Amino acid sequence: MIAAGSSRIQAEETGHGRRIRVHSVFVRATHWINAIAILIMIGSGWRIYNNVPIFSWLTFPEWATLGGDPEITYKLNKDVGFSNALLWHFAAMWVFFVNGLLALGVGLASGRLQMKWLPVTPSGVIRDVRQALSFNLAHDDIRVYNAVQKLLYIGVILAAILMLVSGLAIWKPVQFQTLTWLFYDFQGARLAHFLGMSAIVLFLVVHVTLAILVPKTITAMTRGSIPAEAESGPYPVRTGE
Amino acid sequence: MAIIRPRGSVNRPKTGVDQSALVEHRELIAGIERRAFLRGSVSLGALTLLTGCDISNDSALQSVLRAMSGWNDRVQAWLFDPKKLAPTYTDADVLNPPRFNAFYGIDEVKRVDGAAWRLELAGAIENKRPWTKDALYALPRETQITRHVCVEGWDYIGKWSGVPLRTFLDRIGADKTAKYVGFKCSDKYWGSIDMATALHPQTILATHYAGEPLPDAYGFPMRLKTPLKLGFKQPKWIYAMEVTNVYPGGYWEDGGYNWFSGL
Repeated sequence: MIAAGSSRIQAEETGHGRRIRVHSVFVRATHWINAIAILIMIGSGWRIYNNVPIFSWLTFPEWATLGGDPEITYKLNKDVGFSNALLWHFAAMWVFFVNGLLALGVGLASGRLQMKWLPVTPSGVIRDVRQALSFNLAHDDIRVYNAVQKLLYIGVILAAILMLVSGLAIWKPVQFQTLTWLFYDFQGARLAHFLGMSAIVLFLVVHVTLAILVPKTITAMTRGSIPAEAESGPYPVRTGE
Repeated sequence: MAIIRPRGSVNRPKTGVDQSALVEHRELIAGIERRAFLRGSVSLGALTLLTGCDISNDSALQSVLRAMSGWNDRVQAWLFDPKKLAPTYTDADVLNPPRFNAFYGIDEVKRVDGAAWRLELAGAIENKRPWTKDALYALPRETQITRHVCVEGWDYIGKWSGVPLRTFLDRIGADKTAKYVGFKCSDKYWGSIDMATALHPQTILATHYAGEPLPDAYGFPMRLKTPLKLGFKQPKWIYAMEVTNVYPGGYWEDGGYNWFSGL
């Protein structure tokens, strides 16, 4: 795996020395458009949730939600931001839907996603979890994902698909009544939508934390390339599969 | 706000929402936004950044968001299948009394006098003679046990009876090629639905709940009931109905709620 990854290194000469290309413009653009759409949907979704919480013990703090200042919004719209939150949610939904279809479609058609995310084997996951817990997990080549990363990325895509399906079941419980039936009923679809959101938020916490711990991944996802010397950074180098 | 709204309907107040308070208290409002920004910026995380500069009420952004909502109206009209029926349930599932909902509390409900009540008709209708309660209640009724879904996220199963709106529109000689059916209510609420939903067999002018005349708190003497729409699209205490091609809007819709709101 490592050797295969290394053979694909494309070095480019720039004023700052040799750089290694990691993510294409397409991958970076769809990644950040997706990030914005998801954050808008989480923030507005939390405001929508707060109106009629599923769990009486859980409401989201207003500062973490999206929908406008309650007092001003009440003067303008006769409600405290619920209508704004819905407008945000259903606008970002289209961005998420179109961008997601494009990213997944191109990623799968080009074979890039299968190459990066597959195969995931149980033994590989167990090995990498052990290494991670002993802070001994390799980050020598950020273009090659370890088994835990693969599992997380596939998992978050599945969670996104769950959000799409449960969202449609909530939006159209008559036109798409079969989808709603899959979640037992309307409240079942709401619960599934909530659980899918929780999974995505958990993913985001891990994803952002690890990105901050390995900053060159952020460079890779913004500039597209990282300095070649970054590949021999202070991280343990895995010697083989 | 720079929102373009169609003009002229009996369902809409002649003047817009009074925004003079916003102008008078401009400094106060600016202060509130500054506080919100400061509060947001000291907190951590990307979501906090979003609230720190929460631009939800910015007029340019509102135009974009409401244009998207208009696009969602068109998608929903396209998704709407006039032959698809909402699921129905059994008497054992019915919640009685139903859940109260309005833009005020149940103790503020003003009783409508059934004897003095008239249903006024307007717009593209041949016979605009007002209807008395007795005449309306004498029409053949259809009963449905369906799920009522609120935009807020709650729902319940209820049992409503009344004349199908399609039957009523035929009887009064309404132009069924018109785009909208609008409603005005005794509590100053108003709303409107698309003609396709108005003609759906499960869309009724409900006069009864669980076999009894509608209780005062639930829309007496008549409400719109359709399991094809969210709850706020089904006005209660209706006293006027209009068939029109001029977009009538609605109480919540004019505040930004999605107009079609079909289920």
